Amino acid sequence: MDSIHDLGGMNGFGPVKPERDEPVFHEDWEGSVLGLQRSILYLGLWNIDVFRYAQERIRPIDYLLWSYYERWTHTLIATALEKGLFSEEEFRSGISDVGTATTSLIPLTVRDASKAYIRGNFEREGISEPRFCVGDVVITKELHVSGHTRLPRYARDKLGTIIALRGRHTFPDAVVNHGEEDPQWLYTVEFEGCEVWGEGVDSTISNLVDAFEPYLSRPEYE
Amino acid sequence: MRRSCYLFAYGDLWGCAAVIAVYDVFYLVQLIKVRIMSDSEHHHHSHEEGSTLTDIQKRVKALESILISKGLVERAAIDQIIEHFEHKVGPHVGARVVARAWVDQDFKQALLMDATQAINHQSDFPEVGQHLIAIENSDSLHNVVVCTLCSCYPWDVLGLPPVWYKSAPYRSRIVSDPRSVLRDFGVELSESKKIRVWDSTAETRYLVIPQRPVGSETMPESELAKLVTRDSMIGTGFASSLAGNKDHG
Repeated sequence: MDSIHDLGGMNGFGPVKPERDEPVFHEDWEGSVLGLQRSILYLGLWNIDVFRYAQERIRPIDYLLWSYYERWTHTLIATALEKGLFSEEEFRSGISDVGTATTSLIPLTVRDASKAYIRGNFEREGISEPRFCVGDVVITKELHVSGHTRLPRYARDKLGTIIALRGRHTFPDAVVNHGEEDPQWLYTVEFEGCEVWGEGVDSTISNLVDAFEPYLSRPEYE
Repeated sequence: MRRSCYLFAYGDLWGCAAVIAVYDVFYLVQLIKVRIMSDSEHHHHSHEEGSTLTDIQKRVKALESILISKGLVERAAIDQIIEHFEHKVGPHVGARVVARAWVDQDFKQALLMDATQAINHQSDFPEVGQHLIAIENSDSLHNVVVCTLCSCYPWDVLGLPPVWYKSAPYRSRIVSDPRSVLRDFGVELSESKKIRVWDSTAETRYLVIPQRPVGSETMPESELAKLVTRDSMIGTGFASSLAGNKDHG
C-alpha cells in the first residue's frame, strides 16, 4: 500500500541525528517488546510479512509520532487480537480463557529460545526457471496495490539492470494478500540515479532494490 | 462541518473559510489537550496505584502476561532472547568478519560469493542466518545500506539497528541524496566516487566491507577488528583511521 512507511525519496524530515554511544534499548520495555515479537513470530500464526503489513496500516500521523518499539507494541497487540491469539477480554484481564483456540500452537520454551532469534530461510526449491538473467535491462511495474508490496514507490516504472539473481523466495505480496507463499525469483536491480530522481541529480549515484519477478517486465523496445 | 456548509449555502465564502480555520485550530487544541490529559492521567494513576508505569509499559506488560498465562511463551525464553540481542550479537561480530576478510583473500572471495555460507564455515564465528550478502567498498565505489520500507538490517552480524537507521530522516533521504546524508555523519566522499545505495526490500541482508585503513598492513586480525565501526559496515562511516579520526574518501 502507498502509505507513510514508504519513505524513500520524501523531503522535509530534516537531518539524520546519530546518537553517540547509543544503548541497545533505551528503556527496559523495549527489550520486552523485542522478546515478545520474536516469541510471537516463533508461534507461526503469522509471519514477518504480516507483521510488516500491520505496521503499514498504522495511521500515518501515529506512524510518525510513535517510536519504533511503540509501533511494534501496538501492531503486535492489534494483530494478536485480529488473528485470535487471545481475546480482548483475555488481554484486559490477563487471565487465559481456556476455550480459545490457540492450543495447536507449539509454545516457545527456554530450551528452544534460540530458534526464535535465528533468521529463517526464505528460499524455496522449485522447477520454474528465472525469466531474467544478470545483465538484462528491465522495467519495474507501476504498481499501486492496496495490500502489501515490497516495491517502493521511488523504484516503480523505472528502467534498471539486473545485477544479481538471489534465488527463489517466498513472495511477500502473496503471503499477505492471499495467505500463500507463491515463491518467486528474486533479483537485485540497479537503477542510475538520474533514471529515478530526474535531471540535476548527482550522476555518481545509483539505487539498488531487491525485486521479485512479478515486479519486473521487459522494456517494450526489446 | 454542518455549520460551514450552511454558511456556504448563503454564499458567505469568507465566513466559510473562517469557520474551517476555527475548526482547524479547535482540532489542534483538542489534540494538544488529549496529549496533556493522557500525560496527567498517567501521573494521576501513578499516585493512585503506587506505580510509575506509563501507558506503553502497561500494554507491553499486559501482552507479556497473557502470552505467559496462556502457556504460549515461557518467561525465561523471552529473557534469553533479550539477553541475546542486548549482549551476544552486535557490531563486534561483523567487525571480526570484516577483519578476517581484510587479511584472508580466500575468505573474502567466499564472503563476496555467499556471506552466510562463508561465515558459517568458519568454526570460530557465531552462526548467521540465510541470505546475507557482503558488498565491498573500493577507491572508486562506496556502498551504503538502507531499508526505506521498514527497518531490515543484518541483525546476526550487527545486532539491532540504531534509532537513526529506523527513522524517517535517514530512510527518506539516503536514496535520493546520499552525499548530504553522509555529511550528517561527518563523512565526506570525493566527488568522483560512485555511490551505490542498497535498499533492503526483501529478505536479503547487506553487510558493507569497508576499506582497510592505510597503515594497518602489519596489524593482526584481532587488532584490525577494533578499527571496524558499526557505521562503516552500514556505509555511513569509515573504518577508524590509525592517525585518529581523519577520514579518507
